[in-house]
Amino acid sequence: MLAFAIRRMFQSIIVLLVVGLVAFSMFNFVGDPVDSMLGQERTDADVERVRIQLGLDQPFPVQYYKFLKGAIKGNFGISYRQGRPVSDIIAERLPATLELAFVSAVLAIIFGVALGIFTAIRRNGWAANTIMTLSLIGVSLPTFLIGILLIYIFAVELGWLPSFGRGDVVDLGWWRTGFLTKSGLLAIILPAITLGLYQMTLIMRIVRAEMLEVLRTDYIKFARARGLSKRAVNFGHALKNTMVPVITVTGMQIGSIIAFAIITETVFQWPGVGLLFINAIRFVDIPIMAAYLMLISVMFVSINLIVDLLYFAIDPRLRLDKTKG
Amino acid sequence: MFNKIQDNIFRALNSDFIYSFKHSPVAIVSFIVALILVLGAVLAPFYAPHNPFDPATLNLMNGFSAPMKPNEFTGETFFLGTDDQGRDVFSTILYGMRISLFVGFAAVTFAMVLGVSLGLIAGYVGGWLDALIMRIADVQLTFPGILVAMLIFGIAKGFTPIDQRDQMAIWVLIIAIGLSEWVQFARVVRGATLVEKNKEYVQAARLNGRRSGGILISHILPNVLGSVLVIATISLALAIIAEATLSFLGVGAPPTKPSLGTLIRIGQGYLFSGEWWILLFPAATLLALALSVNLLGDWLRDALNPKLK
Amino acid sequence: MSEILLKIKDLIVEFPTRRGLLRAVDKVSFEISKGEVLGIVGESGAGKSLTGAAIIGLLEPPGRIGGGEIIFDGQRIDNLSDEQMRPLRGKRIAMIFQDPLTSLNPLYRIGEQLIETIQTHLSMDNKQARTRAIELLDEVGIPAPQTRIDAYPHQFSGGMRQRVVIALALAGEPDLIIADEPTTALDVSVQAQIISLLKNLCKERGTAIMLITHDMGVIAETADRMAVMYSGQIAEIGKTYDLIRNPKHPYSVGLMGSIPAIKGDVKRLVQIPGSMPRLNDIPQGCSFNPRCGKAFKPCYKKRSPLIEVGNSSVACWLYDEEYKGAKAK
Repeated sequence: MLAFAIRRMFQSIIVLLVVGLVAFSMFNFVGDPVDSMLGQERTDADVERVRIQLGLDQPFPVQYYKFLKGAIKGNFGISYRQGRPVSDIIAERLPATLELAFVSAVLAIIFGVALGIFTAIRRNGWAANTIMTLSLIGVSLPTFLIGILLIYIFAVELGWLPSFGRGDVVDLGWWRTGFLTKSGLLAIILPAITLGLYQMTLIMRIVRAEMLEVLRTDYIKFARARGLSKRAVNFGHALKNTMVPVITVTGMQIGSIIAFAIITETVFQWPGVGLLFINAIRFVDIPIMAAYLMLISVMFVSINLIVDLLYFAIDPRLRLDKTKG
Repeated sequence: MFNKIQDNIFRALNSDFIYSFKHSPVAIVSFIVALILVLGAVLAPFYAPHNPFDPATLNLMNGFSAPMKPNEFTGETFFLGTDDQGRDVFSTILYGMRISLFVGFAAVTFAMVLGVSLGLIAGYVGGWLDALIMRIADVQLTFPGILVAMLIFGIAKGFTPIDQRDQMAIWVLIIAIGLSEWVQFARVVRGATLVEKNKEYVQAARLNGRRSGGILISHILPNVLGSVLVIATISLALAIIAEATLSFLGVGAPPTKPSLGTLIRIGQGYLFSGEWWILLFPAATLLALALSVNLLGDWLRDALNPKLK
Repeated sequence: MSEILLKIKDLIVEFPTRRGLLRAVDKVSFEISKGEVLGIVGESGAGKSLTGAAIIGLLEPPGRIGGGEIIFDGQRIDNLSDEQMRPLRGKRIAMIFQDPLTSLNPLYRIGEQLIETIQTHLSMDNKQARTRAIELLDEVGIPAPQTRIDAYPHQFSGGMRQRVVIALALAGEPDLIIADEPTTALDVSVQAQIISLLKNLCKERGTAIMLITHDMGVIAETADRMAVMYSGQIAEIGKTYDLIRNPKHPYSVGLMGSIPAIKGDVKRLVQIPGSMPRLNDIPQGCSFNPRCGKAFKPCYKKRSPLIEVGNSSVACWLYDEEYKGAKAK
């Protein structure tokens, strides 16, 4: 197990180094950072000064090394557009995105797993069939349309929920939360549903498929032949076996939630890092793009790592085969 | 090679394929809807009431006309109403769909050519080249396609001179979406290549001193035709949605060349003021397009049943 | 004759398909007495396993019982709901499946699976159930059961796993065990051990066994009586000794002829020409008629009922009084 964990860790670091190289290349080759910083009126002396200031006169590997060193410390330079340190801007906006992603992930997992089990156990019932048909439409529906639809129904027509923003936030030192005010809680409902719906349908379909597969296995038949109760068979035996593959996919989906937050944040003008990223793309604000890329890569890679380690917690075959040698 | 493909096509047509199609109402309806939409878009210049790209035909006075109601200033009636600039919504949808479909098809073609070639090379050459290509694929698969597309779009935009960004946007979109979808193709083709490479006829060709590359290609491509077709169809739905999403986010097709996503973006601004048609009709069209292609891809996967997961 | 435990009358198992109903088990009748071992042989697809699954109420949908009766210990059970059937499963009727490798849930220790089963059927607390589980493991011949009880299935060999499966089947102290090809997936060297273990344990407890197999050797060694099934029907049923020594149905004759004997004449093994008809393609009359060397007129018209001949019953017109002495055409 230890060997496996180390190998996965090693792979993760390689992925991060590659992504870092991409981010670094963006800095250096996309547009001209000197251009971006100096604007139209400049002298050759200015250009030279800025080049040295940015370290652009040094050889490539040295620059890359410096970039990585900065990145580890969270230093990604200064936003071209806002003129403030990228790390500050991101730190300000990250809580909004994380809160949104957290609520969506919880919704997606709870409802996804529950509906997946339901549709698998009642696989020929009308309710299960209806849910499956809806989910197929749900998978084909672009996220932003769902968001607009929800805004139309609950904000425009019914007027129950706010259509944009985070509501009132409470400052907890470095973390601004919307969880502690009524308007903050109301404001997160629509974005969280929008963001979670797609992942929920995916999780549901995967749980269902896996569960159906497991329900066909011999050990489930044998468990039923032994007279175990439906509950014990479905939830004790089938569900645990279903969880092994489901965890991988769910893990990946949580990663996707953070990425898809870009869309939801745009629809609902949610002041998170996704909205920041989209605006950065629109105005080619390279430092922010690079920082966002690194940030999200670290999240993805960590999630994947955790998912892999969770495998060991659930599946004894993996755990014991290794210790046995 | 051509004969073999032709054989495969005939076999497919004569076998369960058509039977399955005839017995799947979902497939038939999806196919008809998709066909109508595609034809409607392709033939738009011949019958669309207005050309939204031609400012000369626009009259700002016609702005915000409701569907099927005469405009209060000009008295003109528009089937699906007009937008803020007086553009006929029906026409903008048709032309928007052209752009959406063009980007979709072009991106998938690009992804397909790239993926199939890289898959062949990876499987055939093997070694470090294979390792490199597949590693890149793995790293890319770690991230959602739409994010990859956004990123590539952003980088490519950085490379484009500022005054050409709007003109180049469509091509940048195609490359960005295409690059985000090649992995699936490459994986399937690489797998098939690895299987085929070790078969006797290839070994024999090698022993005869002939180059086996050509033979390999002519044997692999027919084998993976079904899988590639399924992936292409599903990718098309994904590409259409990706394009719409990017355009909706304002990082895709520019307002001067609006795709469906751009139209929805524009329409969203009028959600609260009551001009629902500016939003609803493009959204419904996008939905019909994405859903029909998606369902068609789903059915195709079941019907051809290539081992895809 | 001892008391009848299970009585099956005209059992039909059918599958609705696009092209109509397919009968996989077609009017099968037999009885099993308490403590008796009934062997059921036949090629794969003959309906043996489906008969077993129908008895314990675990037919996979869309498969279903299309007619007939199953009477267990005086109670009709074929029309019970899944919930009504559940208390019988494991407690009165247990089942063992073909593949021990896949019969155990890989994510639970075997002790957990045993204790769960014991507690489902017997009122025992955790400690008692664990003691009982260790006893059972000991009885089925698992060495060092006190420690092995906490092992996971993948830590056992195939033969050992099948022993665990037997322990699980015996956990509820059932009256009948349906053993569906219990040794097919095992090494030849282990098969005999498992079969004799199963037989001995059941003998001690007075548990009846319905032993489904295509292995004549296993049947000959174990079964008191045997039934030969062919395309969903019973071709012949009777005492094992009689049936092997003196098979009557032409199919049984062919089946016995295909067993190599160590002693005896070194003749060529007899082979039955052709193969069993597919379910959607069963010929009119006796379903064996295309492959039967002795088929004559009535065989193409109607299926023969079971006719008592000596100690056996045979579904073959050759033994019908009316046609006695008739020659194959």
